Amino acid sequence: MSNNLTVPTVAEFIAQGKQPEVLFWVGCSGSFDDRSKKITKAFVKLLNKAGVEFAVLGAEESCTGDPAKRAGNEFLFQMQAMMNIETLNGYEIKKIVTACPHCFNTLKNEYPELGGNYEVIHHTSFLKSLIADEKLTIEGGKFKGKKITYHDPCYLGRANEIYEAPRELIEKLDAALLEMKRSRRNGLCCGAGGAQMFKEPEEGKKDINIERTEEALETGADVIAAACPFCNTMMSDGIKAAEKEGQVEVLDIAEMIASAEDL
Amino acid sequence: MEYLPIIIFALILVGGVGYFASNIKKMIRNIKLGKEVDRSDRKGERFAQMARIALGQSKMVRRPIAGLLHIIVYIGFVIINIEVLEIIIDGLTGQHRIFAPYLGGVYDFLIATFEILALLVLVSVIVFLVRRNVMNIRRFLARELKGWPKNDANYILYFEVVLMALFLTMNAADLAIQQGVAAGRFTSEAATHYIAAGSFPVSQFISPLFEGMEFKTLFWIERTCWWLHIVGILIFLNYLYWSKHLHIMLAFPNVYLAKLTPKGQFTNMEAVTKEVKMMMDPNADPFAAPDPAAAEEEPASLGAQDIFDLNQVQLLNAYTCTECGRCTAECPANLTGKKLSPRKIMMDTRDRLEDVGKVIDKEGEWKDDGKTLLNDYILTEELWACTTCNACVEACPIGIDPLSIIMEMRRYLVLENSAAPNELNVTMGNIENNGAPWPYNQMDRLNWANE
Repeated sequence: MSNNLTVPTVAEFIAQGKQPEVLFWVGCSGSFDDRSKKITKAFVKLLNKAGVEFAVLGAEESCTGDPAKRAGNEFLFQMQAMMNIETLNGYEIKKIVTACPHCFNTLKNEYPELGGNYEVIHHTSFLKSLIADEKLTIEGGKFKGKKITYHDPCYLGRANEIYEAPRELIEKLDAALLEMKRSRRNGLCCGAGGAQMFKEPEEGKKDINIERTEEALETGADVIAAACPFCNTMMSDGIKAAEKEGQVEVLDIAEMIASAEDL
Repeated sequence: MEYLPIIIFALILVGGVGYFASNIKKMIRNIKLGKEVDRSDRKGERFAQMARIALGQSKMVRRPIAGLLHIIVYIGFVIINIEVLEIIIDGLTGQHRIFAPYLGGVYDFLIATFEILALLVLVSVIVFLVRRNVMNIRRFLARELKGWPKNDANYILYFEVVLMALFLTMNAADLAIQQGVAAGRFTSEAATHYIAAGSFPVSQFISPLFEGMEFKTLFWIERTCWWLHIVGILIFLNYLYWSKHLHIMLAFPNVYLAKLTPKGQFTNMEAVTKEVKMMMDPNADPFAAPDPAAAEEEPASLGAQDIFDLNQVQLLNAYTCTECGRCTAECPANLTGKKLSPRKIMMDTRDRLEDVGKVIDKEGEWKDDGKTLLNDYILTEELWACTTCNACVEACPIGIDPLSIIMEMRRYLVLENSAAPNELNVTMGNIENNGAPWPYNQMDRLNWANE
């Protein structure tokens, strides 16, 4: 992959006596998971292209504590939150963008009570505003006329009622958006939330990601659009289980826009 | 005027309402076993939410068939109650159709409306019975709905069939008497007591069955229906306390008190915040004597093991749940065959709360019965199957939050018992040691930029 990404850290900005316009919170998945790193890079390419003065925390970033909180470990969650808040407040961060709905929800909703008050934006909303401000343009190109279905991440959709921003971006790609039977506020979970990502599911008839992937495949879509790295993992596993690899792709919306732009 | 029926009526009314009130007091006492929670904020939004969701039934119609039928029964129930008011005043004063002379044509219109609604309710309730007992609708077949909950739902529907049938038969007999008086066949004082009033678009088709009957017979039919109808209503009122049907009252406060913050925002545990702040404060003296004021308080357990650890809104949720199962029908864990059912979480919470209440009734105060909500009612396997996706919360038509109870119980398991599934302990160990759920070094967080 090309290495011409510009990824400054907040520390570098501060050293130059500058303040970044927005902090890009990468998140654990975006930092370490091989599949998710591609999403991270795609988003950075878009930020670079749009000339956004962003920065990352790099090694100063730590897990937001979302999986700990949802597993019931409030103690660990608050330890993580307070350390992160100390870092963020130390750098006087005001605005955060992230590609992970779990980080988004935690930073936006659960940090204020612990002293962390920021304007937190999900990357789909951020990209939408970059396009509205004409800092970024999308030509359909590669996805023109392709059938795309969008899977609502629980922590973006129901949890924070963001349903339209991702859909508007898909429509800007001149793609045909096909809705699954369960979508928007009725969207079925991919099975990863609430720390399920990190454990085996309880005994049952089926795995949740299989159920959801089957529903996505029923639409006849060529691409399953995701807006969450964990949903991406779960749906990709579902595609493997359905032996549809190479036929149906699971892509983050940032990746779709970046590849439409041939970045 | 005969005074005996008036006295009997008054006694039944006072007894019926009084017994119900004493049970509701018990229910309130039980709810107060929970922790206090402040929901006194954002009153305007709360009223608007109550108007939209409880009064306006806006979430009911998301399932159009059940929703529409429910709205018919709901409107029927509310409007036919105007007639119950007249019945009560008639009963206490010995009058018959006391509103009629004052309302004139409006009265005829009202009675006609009640009759049409009664018929619509009757039809809807029969469809409900078919849906529950004949059609294989998944949410009515769940394991938590076997036995009493299934019977309870059917009893409610039977009750409504009987009440509506009595109401229409009563009107039909009344109409037959009115027609007899008008035709000059019935001339006694008792018969002319049945003033010509009302319009009977439905029961006019029943009254031909009474053709040729003597006044006495009609009188007994009408009176029997009248008495059974009002006594039936009082029995039904008292049945509410034992049934899932309390939602007809509790839905309103329940929606009013429901969470207004984003669904993804879970509560902050302040007791933990204090401890974490202490730990992170470099100036804190770990050997300092504890604040004597704080030492007085009994340390509350973290999370919920039993109903005492839940808050009062969560306990109100349990009494409000009408076991419709819309939550369970949307739950990804339940849909894929896991044991978790959000409806069962609510039913178990209520069962436990009522069992605790029974001990208090018997002993005068709470005495440990060796059971807890966790393990004796709700299993850890159910709790760990939840993805916290909020589908259940979104699905509930009356603002119940099963997820908040699941979360409190997970907190208890982890914070008090260190009883998380092993894989999660590994995950949490990773977060604690290297700031990510996986065993990667925090120093490598930016490696992707150069790969």
